[in-house]
Amino acid sequence: MTTTAHDAVLGWEATVTAYEPVMGLEVHVELGTATKMFCGCPTTFGAQPNSQVCPVCLGLPGALPVVNEVAVESAIRIGLALNCEIAPWCRFARKNYFYPDMPKNFQTSQYDEPIAFNGHLDVDLEDGSAYRVEIERAHMEEDTGKSLHVGGATGRIHGATHSLVDYNRAGIPLIEIVTKPMTGAGERAPEIARAYVATLRDLLLGLGVSDVKMEQGSMRCDVNLSLMPRGSAEFGTRSETKNVNSLRSVERAVRFEMTRHAAILSAGGSVVQETRHWHEDTGMTTAGRVKSDAEDYRYFPEPDLVPLAPPAEVVAALRASLPEPPVARRKRLQDAWGYSDLELRDVVNAGLLDLIEQTVAAGASPAAARKWWSGEIARRANAEGTDVASYAGQLGVTPAHVAELEALVTSSRLNDSMARQAWEGVLDGEGSPTAVADARGLQLVADTGALAAAVEKVIAANPEVAEKIRDGKVQAVGALIGQVMKEMRGQADAAAARELILSLLGQA
Amino acid sequence: MTTDLTRSTAAELADLLTRREVSAREVTQAHLDRTRAVDGPVHAYLHVDEEGALAAAADIDARRAGGEELHALAGVPIAVKDVVVTKGLPTTAGSRILQGWVPPYDATLVTRLRAAGMPILGKTNMDEFAMGSSTEHSAYGPTRNPWDLGRIPGGSGGGSAAAIASFQAPLAIGTDTGGSIRQPAAVTGTVGTKPTYGGVSRYGLIAMASSLDQAGPCTRTVLDAALLHEVIGGHDVMDSTSLTAPVPAVVAAARRAEVTGLRIGIVRELTGEGFQPGVQARFEEAVAHLVDAGAEVVEVSCPSFTSALAAYYLVMPSEVSSNLAKFDAMRYGLRVWPEGVADASAEQVMAATRDAGFGDEVKRRIILGTYALSSGYYDAYYGSAQKVRTLIARDFAAAFEVADVLVSPTSPTTAFAFGEKMSDPLSMYMQDIATIPANLAGVPGMSVPSGLADEDGLPVGFQILAPAMADERLYAVGAALEARLTAAWGGPLLARAQDLTAQSIAPTEALS
Repeated sequence: MTTTAHDAVLGWEATVTAYEPVMGLEVHVELGTATKMFCGCPTTFGAQPNSQVCPVCLGLPGALPVVNEVAVESAIRIGLALNCEIAPWCRFARKNYFYPDMPKNFQTSQYDEPIAFNGHLDVDLEDGSAYRVEIERAHMEEDTGKSLHVGGATGRIHGATHSLVDYNRAGIPLIEIVTKPMTGAGERAPEIARAYVATLRDLLLGLGVSDVKMEQGSMRCDVNLSLMPRGSAEFGTRSETKNVNSLRSVERAVRFEMTRHAAILSAGGSVVQETRHWHEDTGMTTAGRVKSDAEDYRYFPEPDLVPLAPPAEVVAALRASLPEPPVARRKRLQDAWGYSDLELRDVVNAGLLDLIEQTVAAGASPAAARKWWSGEIARRANAEGTDVASYAGQLGVTPAHVAELEALVTSSRLNDSMARQAWEGVLDGEGSPTAVADARGLQLVADTGALAAAVEKVIAANPEVAEKIRDGKVQAVGALIGQVMKEMRGQADAAAARELILSLLGQA
Repeated sequence: MTTDLTRSTAAELADLLTRREVSAREVTQAHLDRTRAVDGPVHAYLHVDEEGALAAAADIDARRAGGEELHALAGVPIAVKDVVVTKGLPTTAGSRILQGWVPPYDATLVTRLRAAGMPILGKTNMDEFAMGSSTEHSAYGPTRNPWDLGRIPGGSGGGSAAAIASFQAPLAIGTDTGGSIRQPAAVTGTVGTKPTYGGVSRYGLIAMASSLDQAGPCTRTVLDAALLHEVIGGHDVMDSTSLTAPVPAVVAAARRAEVTGLRIGIVRELTGEGFQPGVQARFEEAVAHLVDAGAEVVEVSCPSFTSALAAYYLVMPSEVSSNLAKFDAMRYGLRVWPEGVADASAEQVMAATRDAGFGDEVKRRIILGTYALSSGYYDAYYGSAQKVRTLIARDFAAAFEVADVLVSPTSPTTAFAFGEKMSDPLSMYMQDIATIPANLAGVPGMSVPSGLADEDGLPVGFQILAPAMADERLYAVGAALEARLTAAWGGPLLARAQDLTAQSIAPTEALS
């Protein structure tokens, strides 16, 4: 199917002047459990199609589900981290509909009795303010299989000659986190949507319950959006944009849908309640299935599973063992380390928080820790297409190495340029910073006789510069220091050289 | 000892095998021979596994010869209802839609049978997906009642009941969602137990209604039922609804057969009006026998039971509509391409397959259930039915305050003739009026033969119901009754059934 006609959109200013968005986000997260939600099959991503299946997740006649306890525990932890109430008693329910990649033609999910409900997540925005996203519910369910449509131009079902189904994904545990409708966001709605998904991703990562890789589909976002005229309190008709799978796309999709709805409404039309497909390349959505009231999933309690009743003491223990929320942790570390907002954002985005924290604990200053971890090693990791933490792990480079390197500088054994050389040696696998410095003969010259000789030689060779300094132009000293360094093949202590030059020229 | 091994009970065969007076191969071969001789007209089996059964028997003989310690029932063969999945053995649940499907795994209860060394003779006929009370709804033709080949053997487990009633197997596995073990037992003069819900694993039972289904033994004696119950019962990690409690001491109870001081509650709503006179007469006689054996009789009322059938026909089809959704031609079983459609979509193939693969009764229940679960109707139908279930459970609880067991006729009539109720589903559904409450409440029930109705000379069943997890009471009462009645009759009831091999059986009349 080729779409030639694009939906009309209204300009952004006109959109936000006339309309107020109502936004709801549904995020599906694949849990990182070793086995599936209702059977013992492994959950490894990218395995040979249909190699991780059994009678249960294939929905063979007679097979029965058994709940994965680790998944339930993860769900409760997620609920607690989202400040939700945890249901003392709840059930699974069957959501009935036919689709070839759904083995039983019903999805085992939760309906009116979610495991977690009524929570909130505070989201920090660029301008330093915070927005509270109210959480409606977080519930457990199983993923479906994956259809691959073959023979068509688009990879979509239209025009395909046949379809292949991989059931490896069928039965992978999912948590669906649903927000309450967000109102009052106005023009900040796209930013809030992005910030919410980013904050949620960090939170889940911190909990260790999922790898939350949006590009691999282990975190998937649906955007529900409607507009109402400013001043109105009555929600408009919403669209559901499915599978918006990057932070940037979440922001763009909200923005696009706002302008699309605005164009329809301002022309006197009415929005169709439908699902929309998001297109990363064009930054637009296109119409999918029309959602009618006739759609009826005929939910009823899953009779093959017994109700879940997590004991209060188990929930209390899980609550007590929750890690510090990422936002709180970042605030605490920023205060302790004295980083600017920009510095903090950079190290967070580079995933350096843990490494820096460990490096500081090993004795380095926060500034030095940040400097070394975001320098050469970051450049190399990036070139390798990986992140610093994994790259350091591969190389065997540790926070203790960075602390050691920094100690060599503060003890005046190395100057900055030597320390960089030593660090490169460490990254090249030549051993610890001290070992590299020893092997490469990196050592500041502490012999004042040699330094004095070099300084005298440089002053004699640059009489004009020396004269300027004598006349009080102290800033000219830099040129002489550079020459002294050159004279001593980089092994001079720059501070000592400066002091000596100035004192010889009567400026100390 | 008798020379015909097929006439022996499982307990007798177990003794002969243990004492090495017969081999498992001989026992199995005798039953296979019997099947060859009589199953043409009876049609108890959908699939007979001669090779597999004999190989399993030979294995047991070899292990016994090697001095291995074996299970008491090792070498005693068994027939398995076709709704139970068996690795390597075709399993259809009596439906066209699963024709040719060979499961890649065993149901837990089959694993237990194999572990006990019990050769599996074959898979028995049944109403499609266990929906029916006559086996007339099997896609592969009905099973006939060994007592009268013009009559139904009950259903849905008519194949299992007929197999044991015609001495083609000493033991069989049945499943009971609303009476599918007990009603066939009643109309074939055999014993059938529906254990407490969760007492036997459902893993590998092709689900009809998950919250009601329960597998259990079909046998000719109460002790045999207890022996088989012990083999298949007990917790299974693969079934979340399976009970963790140990299997009740059913064999000990069957051997003691003691009812002195036991309070027998006659359920007012399950006797009298609507029950065939011969059925009622045999019921009253059985109660008198139990009183004579030392039991006390109390009358109890369970007013909610009158709503049981209505609640059942909402809960069961609702679950059916969801459980049977998986039969969609995508992964296994039948696949039918819609006629005249060049480029059929998956939905069209699903629809064409389900149209061709499901029989009328199955479709009727899927439609009923789909309707009952629909938005806007859920509360009135499914929701109300669940409330009735709670009321029925309360009625049972109150009744079990004053009685240790409850009793009733198993089925309101003896075996009816083929075709008699096919055009009237409601009258077919009435067959289960006395058996359904136990399924709705999850309590155990048993049917034991209580004689022949005077008006038609056909078997009548006596139903015993016990509180959940007190299955042993069924066996105590059943065995006590069986002992007295057998003594009164001068032998087992089945000795009075026609000799099928002596009869020249006319080809099908009134059969589809």
